[in-house]
Amino acid sequence: MEPLPKWADLVLVPVVGLVLAFICSALMILATGHDPREAVQLMVEGSVGSTYAWGFTLYYATNFIFTGLAVAVAFHAAMFNIGGEGQAALGGLGVALVCLFIPWPHWTLALLGATAAGAAFGALWATLPAWLQARRGSHIVITTIMFNFIAAALLNYVLVNVLRPAGAMDPATAKFTEATHLPSLSDWLNAVGIPFAARTPANVTLFIALLACVLVYLLIWRTKLGFEIRSLGKSEPAAVYGGISPVKIIMISMMLSGGLAGLMAINNVMGEAERLVLNSVEGAGFIGIAVALMGRSHPIGILFAALLFGALYQGGAELGLWTQIPRELVIVIQALVILFTGALDQMIRMFVGKLFAMRRKAEV
Amino acid sequence: MDFLTIIQILDSTVRLATPLLLACLAGLFSERAGIFDIGLEGKMLAAAFASASVAYLASPGWGGLAVWVGLLAGIFASVLLSLLHGLASITFRGNQLISGVAINFLASGLTVLIGLSVFKLGGRTPQLTDGGRFEGVTLPFAGALGDIPFFGPIYVELLSGHTILVYVAMLFVPLSWFVLFRTRFGLRLRAVGENPAAVDTAGISVVRLRYIAVIMCGVLCGIAGAYLATGLAAGFVKEMSAGRGFIALAALIFAKWRPVQALGATLLFGLLEAISNRYPNIDMPASLLIVVLVVLAAVLFFAGRKSKLDLSVLGGLGVILLAIAAWIMTTTGLGGVATLPSQFMQALPYILTVIILAGFVGKAIPPRAGGQPYVKER
Repeated sequence: MEPLPKWADLVLVPVVGLVLAFICSALMILATGHDPREAVQLMVEGSVGSTYAWGFTLYYATNFIFTGLAVAVAFHAAMFNIGGEGQAALGGLGVALVCLFIPWPHWTLALLGATAAGAAFGALWATLPAWLQARRGSHIVITTIMFNFIAAALLNYVLVNVLRPAGAMDPATAKFTEATHLPSLSDWLNAVGIPFAARTPANVTLFIALLACVLVYLLIWRTKLGFEIRSLGKSEPAAVYGGISPVKIIMISMMLSGGLAGLMAINNVMGEAERLVLNSVEGAGFIGIAVALMGRSHPIGILFAALLFGALYQGGAELGLWTQIPRELVIVIQALVILFTGALDQMIRMFVGKLFAMRRKAEV
Repeated sequence: MDFLTIIQILDSTVRLATPLLLACLAGLFSERAGIFDIGLEGKMLAAAFASASVAYLASPGWGGLAVWVGLLAGIFASVLLSLLHGLASITFRGNQLISGVAINFLASGLTVLIGLSVFKLGGRTPQLTDGGRFEGVTLPFAGALGDIPFFGPIYVELLSGHTILVYVAMLFVPLSWFVLFRTRFGLRLRAVGENPAAVDTAGISVVRLRYIAVIMCGVLCGIAGAYLATGLAAGFVKEMSAGRGFIALAALIFAKWRPVQALGATLLFGLLEAISNRYPNIDMPASLLIVVLVVLAAVLFFAGRKSKLDLSVLGGLGVILLAIAAWIMTTTGLGGVATLPSQFMQALPYILTVIILAGFVGKAIPPRAGGQPYVKER
């Protein structure tokens, strides 16, 4: 079989996978006795139909950009980091500690501090699995899964026993001070005269996410380190032959990955909740897997995939609010996207390849 | 802690270890054949939902048989997901880990989606009553032997009175051992996980063997899920597998992919769960805890002495342990009582698995061809 043209490989195959996932989801809605057209209309309306909807969609998308980039950076080194959930949770702890215990004079400084703390905590949480993979050969997938559970237990302990304010019932930290409040997107847009719905969670973290996309692109494709990461991911023996140390690259790429996942916390913990609550990540770490797969581990692809999933999330929430269709539908769609664009990728590739071969025959 | 308490804890250990054991053996067959399966969790969840719903719907008409129909439905649902995993990872040579992740999400979403549209109870199934769930089985002579000191309570409380699936799970241990290590099929199954090309050369279909292994995995996961919903509990609750599939995976590594050791590992993890259920917080002398932490830190420093990287990672961990020790010292003092939080007990199976994975306590080596799709042309 001839290889597919590059555009087909990068765009057509994931899009076909996505379409298949949507068709299956529509069938699922039909099977539960609802009208898929109505559901789609409501989801589109609720996710991109107004600036209010955009305010939520962009907020979710910001989370998914970070976790998607996290998975992607590790993917380039052939590491499958399923630990985004735990790393983002630890990032949240770092952000919360910095916001609670340092008297910040201004939000810009607080943002810098929180960025550093979130990234550092996320990276540190990835260090041990990375070291276990690099030095002891323990499979990164298993260790990162284990570390997700350990992170959940740790956060539970810290929130219930240590950081919970005296007298409070729910396991959460105190509210952060006013000085750490991040301007929301609507504050800025309204200031320059663009009307945008207030009381939406999208905030300036979005710009940090976009910056992260650019930096990851430069890192992976424009630096020596990025080249080494990609070399290791493509072929370990070749990388070793080229003088690249797998131990070093695995450590660095996994810590970068953990750091990116940890950065998510400035959006959800500092930007939205303004305190650390239990299960603050809400599965965004896992959605990063779907986003990275859909986006073919490229920042531009990840940006679009994150927007798509952000819209799906917001649309799903609207569905749960206004119809009998539960928001868990989004989890099913997410599963199908991972299935078709990740696991059954080869099937679609073969199918698309056959189409191309047929067309070529017709031309001859 | 008196004798009866110990018996009760061990009794709930057996009950809690059963789903882990079944899922662990399920993973054993799959991974021994070279198919990694992190979808155990999803398959259990799907089976739990299918068995509870079908048992509930069948119980008016089928009476006592309903629970068995439910079991079959659970196995069916689980095998269906297994076949999906097989399709992705055997036929289309996709990434087995990604396929497993997809299956976990699929199960977690679909169970709620279908549950809501059928029962409208917020994702639960209705409470199962008589005939809808597995009842305890009283072993013979349980009444007569109960009065014998020591052995009586062990027989009556610990060994007797479990549901039939518990005994079935225990029977699966020697059975799996026999199938894997004493039959031709088992030899081939293990070979296909180590060196599929050699099996292929011998004229045996790799694809067929791997599909059989994946289906066996589905059946066992199905029983595990059915036990959760119709044996351990009385109905399905959203996300009721609660990470058990991953603990089973951990137990599988702990047991180094061997059936008898799998029993030991799952009993250990079951015991941890039983203890943390019964004693959410465990008190111990602070001095003992501090000594343990300091010794652990010393071991870490020692283990990391060989290279700069090891020293910074393990030493960093050691410093954290020392910091915790110092924190206990200042807050409770040497003579005080420190409390091991329940969260620590919950995390312990995962921590133990990581330690095992690190290879400091006997290295766990997975089947050699695990995770790699087999390409015939190569």
